[in-house]
Amino acid sequence: MQAQALSGGFADPATQSAHAFRSIMEAMARPGTLHGVSGALPPAPLSRAAGAVLLTLCDTETPAYLAGGANCDAVHAWLAFHTGVPLVGPSHCRFAVGSWSALTPLSAYPIGTSEYPDRSATLIVECPELTDSGEILTGPGIRNNAALSLPEVAAFQSNHALFPLGLDFIFTCGDRLAALPRSTKVCAPMGATEVTPCM
Amino acid sequence: MYVAVKGGERAIENAHAWLAEERRGDMDIAELGIAQIREQLSLAVNRVMAEGSLYDPDLAALAIKQARGDLIEAIFLIRAYRTTLPRFGASEPVDTGAMTCDRRISATFKDLPGGQVLGPTFDYTHRLLDFKLAADGDVPEAPSREAAADSVPHVTEFLNHEGLIEEAPQEDTPPPDLTREPLETPAERALRLQALTRADEGFILGLAYSTQRGYARNHAFVGELRIGSVAVKMEIPELGFAVEIGEVTLTECETINQFKGSKTEPPQFTRGYGLVFGQTERKAISMALVDRALRWEELGEDNVGAPAQDAEFVLYHADNIQATGFLEHIKLPHYVDFQSELELVRKLRREAGVDQVQEAAE
Amino acid sequence: MTDYNFAYLDEQTKRMIRRAILKGLAIPGYQVPFASREMPMPYGWGTGGVQVSAAVLTPEDTFKVIDQGADDTTNAVSIRTFFERTAGVETTTTTCDASVIQTRHRIPEEPLSEGQILVYQVPIPEPLRFLEPRESETRKMHSLEEYGLMHVKLYEDISRHGHIATSYAYPVKVEGRYVMDPSPIPKFDNPKLGDMAAIQLFGAGREQRIYALPPYTQVVSLDFEDHPFEASKADHPCGMCGAIDSYLDELIIDDTGGRMFVCSDTDFCEARQLAGHKGKDAA
Ligand SMILES: [Zn+2]
Repeated sequence: MQAQALSGGFADPATQSAHAFRSIMEAMARPGTLHGVSGALPPAPLSRAAGAVLLTLCDTETPAYLAGGANCDAVHAWLAFHTGVPLVGPSHCRFAVGSWSALTPLSAYPIGTSEYPDRSATLIVECPELTDSGEILTGPGIRNNAALSLPEVAAFQSNHALFPLGLDFIFTCGDRLAALPRSTKVCAPMGATEVTPCM
Repeated sequence: MYVAVKGGERAIENAHAWLAEERRGDMDIAELGIAQIREQLSLAVNRVMAEGSLYDPDLAALAIKQARGDLIEAIFLIRAYRTTLPRFGASEPVDTGAMTCDRRISATFKDLPGGQVLGPTFDYTHRLLDFKLAADGDVPEAPSREAAADSVPHVTEFLNHEGLIEEAPQEDTPPPDLTREPLETPAERALRLQALTRADEGFILGLAYSTQRGYARNHAFVGELRIGSVAVKMEIPELGFAVEIGEVTLTECETINQFKGSKTEPPQFTRGYGLVFGQTERKAISMALVDRALRWEELGEDNVGAPAQDAEFVLYHADNIQATGFLEHIKLPHYVDFQSELELVRKLRREAGVDQVQEAAE
Repeated sequence: MTDYNFAYLDEQTKRMIRRAILKGLAIPGYQVPFASREMPMPYGWGTGGVQVSAAVLTPEDTFKVIDQGADDTTNAVSIRTFFERTAGVETTTTTCDASVIQTRHRIPEEPLSEGQILVYQVPIPEPLRFLEPRESETRKMHSLEEYGLMHVKLYEDISRHGHIATSYAYPVKVEGRYVMDPSPIPKFDNPKLGDMAAIQLFGAGREQRIYALPPYTQVVSLDFEDHPFEASKADHPCGMCGAIDSYLDELIIDDTGGRMFVCSDTDFCEARQLAGHKGKDAA
């Protein structure tokens, strides 16, 4: 357990975090696109992608919330050693990580203020699968439209309705990630059984 | 025929080589050593440490040498170096009450515990050029005595005992740090003080002077000015207690300012505070006056629209590294924006019929 | 420079800048405050752009720096050398070969592609600053979407001069929400801001702000129905390459005031000349 906490970080932090950041930035700039990230080997249940995102973006200045299964001793020890990130509840976090069901409801997280909409949380959502199909995305960063397998639709629609306030999402699965900023409009895929009109 | 100008890189290298030569000056004259600057230009060193926010006399002396004596350039070198240093932790607040004072004066009480100590000051020198210095004169040893063992309590403490001055209660919240967080207004006093202690001496001097001349006058008395060394202590988590890791020379100025009071509150003096690295008393006094002027809101005073009351104005313009960079950037090429202005002015003039003769002549 | 970290900045600083970039991308056109560091070059000389570039560069990138559209202006040379030394990246002057381009005052003529990032150096990020000097006020105005003052200013120009008298740093509205300063690019470049395939990042070091335009973002130059925005340039072809659609520098070539006009984008002009295009002043 102790040995596991000490290992699994970036072997070459400057270069590996630069690469990981470019993947995250491309994902956030182009919602619906999938990007590979490598270099992190976090303890279960964190995915390698979630581990890389945490190593790249979090430190002592960014309180984080570990939701559900992610809130375990092994993850605590790993994050403490590699990032020093302070752990807090959802209402004060800058980052949160966990499965969709553990992270929801979204009302728990800071969405920024009208003068400082950037002071909002970024949620790292661990997904059992992640593909560029499913819900239809439009908005900044997307040429016509894009598709992404989202865990649901309504929550992202209400989040988008808060714009310029709101949460931003990074979806992780294995060693891949995608992102959904608050600026993206989400619609249910054509022919979906459950009708969720565009917002 | 026109040939595009090339060779920016060569031009830069050549300029740097020439600069190095100019810095050295006449090779027949002995080169300045860092120790000479540190020891003999110590007030310049102090200013560079104060505005560079880095207490290291040798590095400040090196910066002054490299900058050819341009102190703002030297401060810039120190600032740029400072940001690359890792942070190991924060010290405990220094205790200026326990300062070993070289100088300690009060303008409010003729005598007081700890006494008035003039120390090494220019105050009563006649400003006559000393031509003996031009001839490498030796300096006779100054008279000395054992440092007095008595404590040197803060003057404001005496007033505080009587309730005559506003309380300055101990505050344990860590202060914000404008070198790590973007400046945001309204800024709390701790942040304002940090900005002021790093601020350009000339800018703060001018603002402080303006308060004396009536732009938000606050009737400052120098309750106390003290210069000396204090211990820097740091809590070592492994040990569980604080150990002394060094000492720094500081200048502290506490002003006693106009009182305020109301039907419910009896009249009380108020405070202005200045604390600066090194022997830097002009700066510390200026800082205390500007600090006091910036406190108008919390003290329930009127905003008379004076520059020294305007925290946003003061904080956004006090940093000489920001100011000099932006000021001097107008030397950089602006062909593109100037060209767009040229076109616009020509177009407006053409439409106004002014340039017809010239255009026809082309 | 071997004692410094990759791309000069320490990792904690890069993380802080990277977080600001991500929030900037999530809220297009909004100015994210960031704790700008003191860089080894003066404020006003590209410290914001340099910090953003340092936070996005990877060792595999190919980096290009332009100032006034040119690769060989002294400050462009200086910044390019800085990253050659501190990040060991390849540099280029060829626009299409660059993965990251840092710029001051221009957008390259050649359309950028999806793999590219354009980093702007920004002196005053606040489009409302010259109408209202107080940050506390302008921040409120953005939060309330209160941009009337800007329209009043532009309209006063029209009543005085018959035209909007802003020729560079011409304000734009992003995705119908934030009014944004595109940095002092000539208004000729404004139409390139919207729907660009590349990511656009804006860094203002002294003013401690980062903002961004994701690819394919809607960017509209402010105007009025009766006075539509017009992207203008000097009405001449390039004297060297003959281009009629590029932004031009005006050069004074003799002491009787003789003038010639040459592309400000040096790479664009050279590529055209290599391809055999010739202007009237070319040899
Ligand atoms: Zn040309």
